[in-house]
Amino acid sequence: MLNSPYIRKPASVQGVMLAVLVALIPALVVYAWQIAAVVLVNLAIATATAMAGEAFVLKLRARPIAPALSDLSAVVTAWLVVLCFPPILPWWATVLGVLIAIVAVKHLYGGLGQNPFNPAMVAYCAMIVAFPALMSQWPPAGQLDFQTQLGLVLGGVRELDGITGATALDTVKTGLRAAGATVETVMAQGSFGLVGGRGWEWLAPAYAAGGAYLLARRVITWHMPAAFLVALAMISGAFWLANPGQFTSPLFHLASGGAMLGAFFIVTDPVSGATTPRGKLIFAAGVALVAYVIRVFGAFPEGIAFAVLLMNICVPLIDMNTQPRVFGYRGDKTR
Amino acid sequence: MISRLFNFRGGVKPEPHKSESSGTPIEKAPLPKRLVIPLRQSLRSTARCLVEPGQKVLKGEQIGQGEGALGTGVHASTSGTVVEIAPYPMAHASGLETLSVVIAPDGEERWIDRAPFDYRKVSREEALGWLRSCGILGLGGAGFPTHVKLGSGTGIDTLVINGAECEPWITCDDRLMRERAADVLSGAMILRELIGARRVLVGIEDNKPDAIERMRAAASGVGDDVAVVAVPALYPAGGERQLIRVLTGIEIPQGKFGTDFGVQCFNVGTAEAVHRAIQFGEPLLSRIVTLTGNVARPGNYEILLGTQVAELLALVGPKADTDRYIMGGPMMGIELQSLGVPVTATTNCIIAASPALFPPPPPEQPCIRCGECARACPADLQPFELYWFSRAKNFGKAREYHLFDCIECGCCAYVCPSHIPLVDYFRFSKGEIQAREHERTASEQARTRFEFRNFRQEREKAEKAAKLAAKVAETRAKRPEAATAPETAAAPEPAASPEDLKKALVAAALARAKQQKAAVTPKNTDRLSAETQAEIAAIDARREKLTTQDADKTP
Repeated sequence: MLNSPYIRKPASVQGVMLAVLVALIPALVVYAWQIAAVVLVNLAIATATAMAGEAFVLKLRARPIAPALSDLSAVVTAWLVVLCFPPILPWWATVLGVLIAIVAVKHLYGGLGQNPFNPAMVAYCAMIVAFPALMSQWPPAGQLDFQTQLGLVLGGVRELDGITGATALDTVKTGLRAAGATVETVMAQGSFGLVGGRGWEWLAPAYAAGGAYLLARRVITWHMPAAFLVALAMISGAFWLANPGQFTSPLFHLASGGAMLGAFFIVTDPVSGATTPRGKLIFAAGVALVAYVIRVFGAFPEGIAFAVLLMNICVPLIDMNTQPRVFGYRGDKTR
Repeated sequence: MISRLFNFRGGVKPEPHKSESSGTPIEKAPLPKRLVIPLRQSLRSTARCLVEPGQKVLKGEQIGQGEGALGTGVHASTSGTVVEIAPYPMAHASGLETLSVVIAPDGEERWIDRAPFDYRKVSREEALGWLRSCGILGLGGAGFPTHVKLGSGTGIDTLVINGAECEPWITCDDRLMRERAADVLSGAMILRELIGARRVLVGIEDNKPDAIERMRAAASGVGDDVAVVAVPALYPAGGERQLIRVLTGIEIPQGKFGTDFGVQCFNVGTAEAVHRAIQFGEPLLSRIVTLTGNVARPGNYEILLGTQVAELLALVGPKADTDRYIMGGPMMGIELQSLGVPVTATTNCIIAASPALFPPPPPEQPCIRCGECARACPADLQPFELYWFSRAKNFGKAREYHLFDCIECGCCAYVCPSHIPLVDYFRFSKGEIQAREHERTASEQARTRFEFRNFRQEREKAEKAAKLAAKVAETRAKRPEAATAPETAAAPEPAASPEDLKKALVAAALARAKQQKAAVTPKNTDRLSAETQAEIAAIDARREKLTTQDADKTP
């Protein structure tokens, strides 16, 4: 027997996941056009791996395969893994990363909705710890032709020193450690564009556009992106105002690395993130704070992945302490 | 008078489907072949039957006496003969049966003598008693007795009249307000007087412009402190707590009542029923029901209470693919287990459902904690958290997260992209918690009863012994010679323990024997020889020794 309500809003998990995929399209277009078209090949590899991996584990777990594959959550994970990995990574590294995300992080914890950590971010952290050199090879925008890119991905000779460069974040960090270097002298080098890495900086508005779409579709709420971006801008702004020679501007931080990807697609992961309105603000601001500290003072060029995982650990604590006041308990301090 | 509207968080906007039935005027349903009038009016009370099978009844005649504080009168909806008093299915999700009076109408509609009830000439209690005997209860959904809700008549500032009608499909209140605005308002004024409220706020969802206009026109002559307010159409704006929140800004938590906050709420249908009870002396015999859904002629019908749903279907002509019927709205209604279920005071709508109109929900998917449910929840709960706790049967935690503040409005399940029947999980958890509590109370009661039984047995034993001792003492006191005896002073005290009492009794008996022996020497031994007397003395001594031994042995 069915119980009330007898009507349902036409919404589905597939719909949510599809919206996220659609929201990633502007960034993918910019990525393929400005930086490396091979990202589309990676996307295909990652998607196939994610589907195969998901199907394999579901079979092992004796769970129905078709519904889980069709919910598109594995595809979203695969795409996010690709977007946070360097595009000229050999194919096996992409496969490995996706399998870490799907098999280890998602299914070993019980499948969709059960993982306490963001799968793509665990994959990134695991890979950068395991293969630091490989995971640091980012191509400068528009300098490699597609043949070369494809060769690198499918396993050609890797003459890396000539073709890869450090990211903008990395260049600034290592550059500033040289004697007498200031932000200005470091950023006078050719690999910088207007506010961030040349070419790469255009990804930021593309991610933001996708984020705006997700906000309009009510797939995500404003809390997380706003708290993340405002917190990152405020922290970097404070350091920048105190010493503009040694600390880069908030704009640079917002336009570099995974800031925008993180703001709209990573911290907003509902499964592993905080859920209460206040909790979302705390969670996202926490990610921004930890990411900034790692970016500027830590050993890794980018800190968002580690920051997200550290804040994932705090989610139960945050949620527990930020439960909204229930209707009818106005002024009730116990809640 | 009302400066601004407040809002409650959450809520959903399902397809209204009001136009199907809102266009046609209220029609009187024909007399049914028989009426099944349940004596059980709500989960809270069942009326005592006043009639017998074979008895003739008039329209409006009382056939059931409300019992307890929450009971109200039950009446024959038309004149006819009581043919049966037997269990019939009631409008409950379980499909359970309840004792009902079955009346075969005679078709004459002969009324009892009825006259207006001048509530101003009598005391408040009498006026409430009249409403109670007229069987007036909330027509909005919960069916709470009106005389109880009217309370003490003090401390109420605002009377809210609920014309929000936020569930999809239902239009009975809309039509009522459009066609009988003056009656509704008259009832509202009576309610205001009885409850002692200063102002009246009539809340109507803004998707019923005609009803708002008619009610405003009716209210225009009444005074400044009556306002008809258009509230945003957002389910569940018609929930009592939500409407009160929107109109007054007051948040009434679960477990508390409007009266605690100086505000009380009645449905527009209740107001009209009060108007009829007072102005015409008519008990609650019929109500307006929306018959809609997958039918040829959807509309609103005035239906006698006790009319079985099966008899109504001919009025509207259900289409061929109708597979079930829902009583109430699609958000909170119940699926009827039987078409023998009668219309009662709280039946506002019957929807014929088809797979096309109400498709079965897609298969359940895992929760992704998207938080849609929390955004839709009008009680500001975190339904997905309650869902995890319910699944894990972690009821303590579910309770801590305010499970019992859930009003089961269904918003969370409506919006869930994973199609999780969240409300069902919450109903399950609530049921489990209540069952466990019931069990605990039951065992607690059993323990108390057992302990009291032991105590009672002890007490009775003591009382019995005391009584016996007292009787003995009394008997002895009656003997004049005993009265002088010094031993009398040592009569056992009634408060002593059974042991002591027994000993005392034995001692008393011995003393008595001694006295007897001393005082009453048998006459036939007077002139015995010394030898014989010595023999008797020896026997006596032996006997005394034995008696003493017996007494010693006796514990």
